[in-house]
Amino acid sequence: MKTANKLLTGLGIAAGFGLLAAHPALAQDAVNLGANAVTASEPVPDKGDTTWMIISTMVVMVMTVPGLALFYGGLVRTKNMLSILTQVLAILCVGCIVWIFWGYSLAFTDGANNAVIGGLSKLFLAGVTPASTAATFTSGVVIPEYIFMAFQMTFAAITAALVIGSLAERIKFGAILAFSVLWLTIVYAPLAHMVWWSGGFLFDMGALDFAGGTVVHINAGIAGLVGALFLGKRIGFPKEPMPPHSMVMTLIGVGLVWFGWFGFNAGSNLEATGGTTLAIVNTFAAPASAGLVWMFAEWATRGKPSLLGLCSGVVAGLVAVTPAAGLAGPVGAIALGAIGSLAAFGFVGYAKQAFGLDDSLDVFGIHGVAGIVGSILTGVFVSPDLGGVGVKDYSMGHQVVTQLIAVAVAIGWSGILSAILYFIIDKTIGLRVDRETEIEGLDLVSHGERAYHG
Amino acid sequence: MKLVIAIIKPFKLQEVRDALSAVGAQGLTVTEVKGFGKQKGQTEIYRGAEYTINLLPKLKVEVACATDLAGRIVETIQSSANTGTIGDGKIFVLDLDQAVRIRTGEIGETAL
Repeated sequence: MKTANKLLTGLGIAAGFGLLAAHPALAQDAVNLGANAVTASEPVPDKGDTTWMIISTMVVMVMTVPGLALFYGGLVRTKNMLSILTQVLAILCVGCIVWIFWGYSLAFTDGANNAVIGGLSKLFLAGVTPASTAATFTSGVVIPEYIFMAFQMTFAAITAALVIGSLAERIKFGAILAFSVLWLTIVYAPLAHMVWWSGGFLFDMGALDFAGGTVVHINAGIAGLVGALFLGKRIGFPKEPMPPHSMVMTLIGVGLVWFGWFGFNAGSNLEATGGTTLAIVNTFAAPASAGLVWMFAEWATRGKPSLLGLCSGVVAGLVAVTPAAGLAGPVGAIALGAIGSLAAFGFVGYAKQAFGLDDSLDVFGIHGVAGIVGSILTGVFVSPDLGGVGVKDYSMGHQVVTQLIAVAVAIGWSGILSAILYFIIDKTIGLRVDRETEIEGLDLVSHGERAYHG
Repeated sequence: MKLVIAIIKPFKLQEVRDALSAVGAQGLTVTEVKGFGKQKGQTEIYRGAEYTINLLPKLKVEVACATDLAGRIVETIQSSANTGTIGDGKIFVLDLDQAVRIRTGEIGETAL
């Protein structure tokens, strides 16, 4: 998401003057046109673009609540259903407040250490007005800054909410609230700045991340993995059966998450253009192939095609195509989804068991693994030779190395800082509920309610 | 008097009930129960994690009857609940000391 191209607009005007001067027949109008050009240098948002971004923003919100809440909720045991719903909704609310107060400023302004983090100039949205604008990928095309801010806000919120899948059924509610505030501030906002703000060092290096492979999925996946290691396994894991309590809820959740992902991926184009429709098509293509690949892989190795396998594959495909959503071609997206799905299937079905890891809802196994695969392979499938849209001075080897660096930075940044935050919270609030609470279920003990009666 | 207790597959309830009515059983009580026998449960797989579900859902059907009817009732349940596959269930027959109809205070076989 490119936001700074004032320079380009300026160059455009200069070029315009040059053309007019070289064209005698038009030279007489040069002064008039020049005056118009100066007015045009303050571009006005297009109503179509603005409308598309408003819709995208609202759709991404639905991806979190109820989408993610139901997807995760269906996967836990009955006694913890309500805790998941509460955590996801609370994090969405926390995300909105943090983003408006300071998150947006830290991510999307110039700062003293601009390579890594933004400044404080837009704290509490200072200077953001209905008239202020944010740049898009197209020179001279802008959208209202409010909707750019709000769109990014929904990203921050869902990323923090994704993390709880690793901590499910044993995290203290107070701990997850504190973690969300600190994590959005210290981990998420700077990483978004590095990757998406002109001046951020990964952006300037040319790392490609169309809609959040590094910022959202690797970031959440790693934070989840570290959190699962800090918390330890649930009581009874892996001997006691902990099957999903409602695959119906999970299917409804996956459907809403997929729907929301259209706003997530295609909204990341920031305009309503042909490129946006490519992102829409890719958001169908990758999860379709990924769902089938997981289903057939499970059928071949475990004997039966399961609904959870199909759902897991769809999500892995959505994750894998996220960094490439507007960059790969549809066939490339199908390949990307298939590879991402296979990698996640291998991790979740085999590696996780071998490590004895209790990443309860597979945030790392799906978002982390498919995010890493997708982010790296974006460097491959952006290639015009493979149907991608290409980037300036593209060379596959160089681009893949750039992607690898961005992935390594995202893993290191999220891993180290998340670990520090978990450590601090564990020593103060405490991360894990007591044994009795965990056995009784978080719904009744933490919230005094239950999801179902009767 | 006898108390016949049958553990059957849930979907067989309607057939068992119809068959019992036909042979003159006066009433029955059904409870949803879980348990295991030689079948030892089933395996479910979620994202590669295999869970053995040790306790399977069954229905417990209880029929109180006169002693001379008990044999017919057992035969009827055995034939109507039978699918020929593993997990069809069991039938137990117990002696029944007393029966009381709450509304009238009748006791013994007339209360059944």
